[in-house]
Amino acid sequence: MRFSFLFPLFVFAGLLALFFTGLGHDPSIVPSPLVNRLAPEFNLPSLEAGEEGLKTADLMGTLTLVNFFASWCLPCKVEHPLLVKLKKEGRIRVVGINYKDKPKEAKRWLAERGNPYDRIGADSSGRVAIDWGVYGVPESYLVDQNGRIRWKHVGVLTPGDWHEDFVPLIKGFEK
Amino acid sequence: MIPELGHYALVLALFAAGVQTTLGLLGAKRRDAYWMLATGPAASTQFLFVTIAFLALTHAFVVSDFSVTTVAKYSHSTKPLLYKITGVWGNHEGSMLLWVLILAIFGQALVAFSKELSHTLRARVLGIQGFLSTGFLFFILFASNPFLRLDPAPMDGQGLNPLLQDPGLAFHPPFLYLGYVGFSVAFAFAIAGLLEGHIDSSWARRVRPWVLTAWAFLTIGIALGSWWAYYELGWGGFWFWDPVENASLLPWLAGTALLHSLSVVEKRESLKSWVVLLAILAFSLSLIGTFLVRSGVLVSVHAFATDPTRGIFILALLTLTIGGSLVLFAMRASKLKSVGNFEPLSREGGLLLNNLLLVTAAASVFLGTLYPLILEVLIDEKVSVGPPFFNVIVLPLLLPLVFAMGIGPYLPWKRADFLAILGRLWAVALAAFAVAGVIAALYSGKSFLALLGVGLAAWLFFSNLLLLAERIKLFRAGPSGSLARLHALPLSFFGMFVAHMGIAVLLAGITASTLWQTEQIRAMQSGNEVTIAGYRVRFEGVERISGPNYLSDRGTFRVTRGGREITNLTPERRYYPIEGQWTTEAAIYTTWLADLYAVLGEQADGDGPWAVRLYHNPLVPWIWIGAILAAFGGGLSLADRRYRVKGKPKTKITPKAEKG
Repeated sequence: MRFSFLFPLFVFAGLLALFFTGLGHDPSIVPSPLVNRLAPEFNLPSLEAGEEGLKTADLMGTLTLVNFFASWCLPCKVEHPLLVKLKKEGRIRVVGINYKDKPKEAKRWLAERGNPYDRIGADSSGRVAIDWGVYGVPESYLVDQNGRIRWKHVGVLTPGDWHEDFVPLIKGFEK
Repeated sequence: MIPELGHYALVLALFAAGVQTTLGLLGAKRRDAYWMLATGPAASTQFLFVTIAFLALTHAFVVSDFSVTTVAKYSHSTKPLLYKITGVWGNHEGSMLLWVLILAIFGQALVAFSKELSHTLRARVLGIQGFLSTGFLFFILFASNPFLRLDPAPMDGQGLNPLLQDPGLAFHPPFLYLGYVGFSVAFAFAIAGLLEGHIDSSWARRVRPWVLTAWAFLTIGIALGSWWAYYELGWGGFWFWDPVENASLLPWLAGTALLHSLSVVEKRESLKSWVVLLAILAFSLSLIGTFLVRSGVLVSVHAFATDPTRGIFILALLTLTIGGSLVLFAMRASKLKSVGNFEPLSREGGLLLNNLLLVTAAASVFLGTLYPLILEVLIDEKVSVGPPFFNVIVLPLLLPLVFAMGIGPYLPWKRADFLAILGRLWAVALAAFAVAGVIAALYSGKSFLALLGVGLAAWLFFSNLLLLAERIKLFRAGPSGSLARLHALPLSFFGMFVAHMGIAVLLAGITASTLWQTEQIRAMQSGNEVTIAGYRVRFEGVERISGPNYLSDRGTFRVTRGGREITNLTPERRYYPIEGQWTTEAAIYTTWLADLYAVLGEQADGDGPWAVRLYHNPLVPWIWIGAILAAFGGGLSLADRRYRVKGKPKTKITPKAEKG
């Protein structure tokens, strides 16, 4: 047996060690830097003058779902019924941040489909969304009683996502 | 009922594979003729049952039987029939079943085309194949059973990732797997050769058709994948050095090396242990390619099954297969005596250089792919290795390879007169410089790398032409004499000729499309116009349409050139509500010399301008034409007379040489 013929085996043994150690890592979790931090400071007007807008302080005191949406966004239509249902159930407060939209169209959109939001902030410039690290609408954030972001969901919020990701967290905070 | 039949068929296939392994390996060891002869029928039985299982799963997908978990998770009743069928392998469980089906198909093909092998070699090769099937059938049954029932059955399925609902990708996995799994035959031959303790030129002649088959399929599979990435991902690129792409490139590089060094064993009985190692390597990289990316070890957008228990099962299988074969290699490789000696400057030396460059390239790509994992394990840091690394590492290896490809076929076996060969090639070098010079004069956007790429492509092209001209004594033997010589050339020569031409075309395509791509990224409103590479593109607006299982925003772009209507480009942004995902459908207008490529992005602020990306990609179709040519060349070689199966079984191939 020549030593050089053992070489491939040694390389493979090294690889195996690497793979076994690497198996414990979960590649699918891309941590959002904002999770477990305080929600960014913001103060937005409402869709209509005279109504109350939305600011950071409004997120305190109760568990809140912050939903970024826009009337021009096709997937937002898909997740909308779930938000309406959540409001009906009354288990969690839902607030909306209307992203780069025209207040008039947002109003009409909500009038047509029902308004699930307790309060709405109009982020017509998209600056607040940048502070929150929004990739694109829709996105939803779970904010706890102390104003700390606890979960971030990118894209359409489906009933499955809601039950798998949000409900267990909410149960934890309700105790 | 039918899913249960499929499940049951899988169990029977597992038993048949176990019998095939035992009969083949033990039978050859005990020299028991009955056991050895029964290996073939065992392999055919296994093939039959795996086919039944695969058809059963396909049936469940076609009739949308949502009581089957796999169907419920990856199909939907509104999906077009084609994607219901391709959905069978658009998920982890089904793709594993496809993998095993192809393994069984190759096993059956071995039964049919190995009649002239010696009894022990044939039994051992089938035994190793059976061992592989046993392992993976075991994995399917115990860790990724596609026939698991769901109770209660949902009303409808969750749908297939819309990126996979595409004709390019529908047929990408079968071709890729035909390539990956095809290398299992070379692997089985290598292990059988080690067990026999003997490898000779007839062994190499028997392996070569299988390697050619696998290589040609893998080439097409990779080309399909890259074509899909080109028009579906909407970035105008064709290769992204994604871990999954690299995983398919690795066995291709090793397989290409194997293909070339096999001829050294066949013609000169040299480099034997190296060839065996390459055969093990090519299949091991295929295994790692298929399974590593599915076990959650590596991060990739493509990896659609991440599950640690499966990962451990897969690693155990890899340990057994690859580790076992390498232990055997370490024990037995020194018994493989090489006969032919050669000088460094010779056909053998040239092929060794080819192997060295290809294997180094494979090792670098492998290292680059694994580097993030190494870093994460060692110092817990997340990094990603991108195209710049791979371009810097791989180009300096592959460009000299193309240069050597222009010389290699001129080298005679044993010893070559290098200067004399260079003397024959001066005209080729001149022609290559002329092409590079013309390009440099014509195009303003010239870079050294671009000229080098185009020059090398021309070098390979003309060198190949000259080779053909010399072989048929063009202008020297007279028209009829040349024609007669052309007719007498073996098909394997044409195979090499076409495949190398394919590489020249491919290199030209890659160079031109990467270095001379022009792009226009604009926010456009209907009525806006933009000019790209001499085309005037007018944005006519966007309409919303609905497809069978998606909604879509479709933009229309009117393309004119010098006032003449060229075409209408209609790129789409599709939304698949069932899966909750967006896809982009690029619109492409091709002249075969260049593509005009349009992508519709997002609309700003609800009714603002649309983000539009337009690319002009010169020679990009040549990339796929080149790959198809290369694969076709492999097919031509395969049809060569010397690989034809002879009617009469020869039983005396190895025994006389069994000294070691």
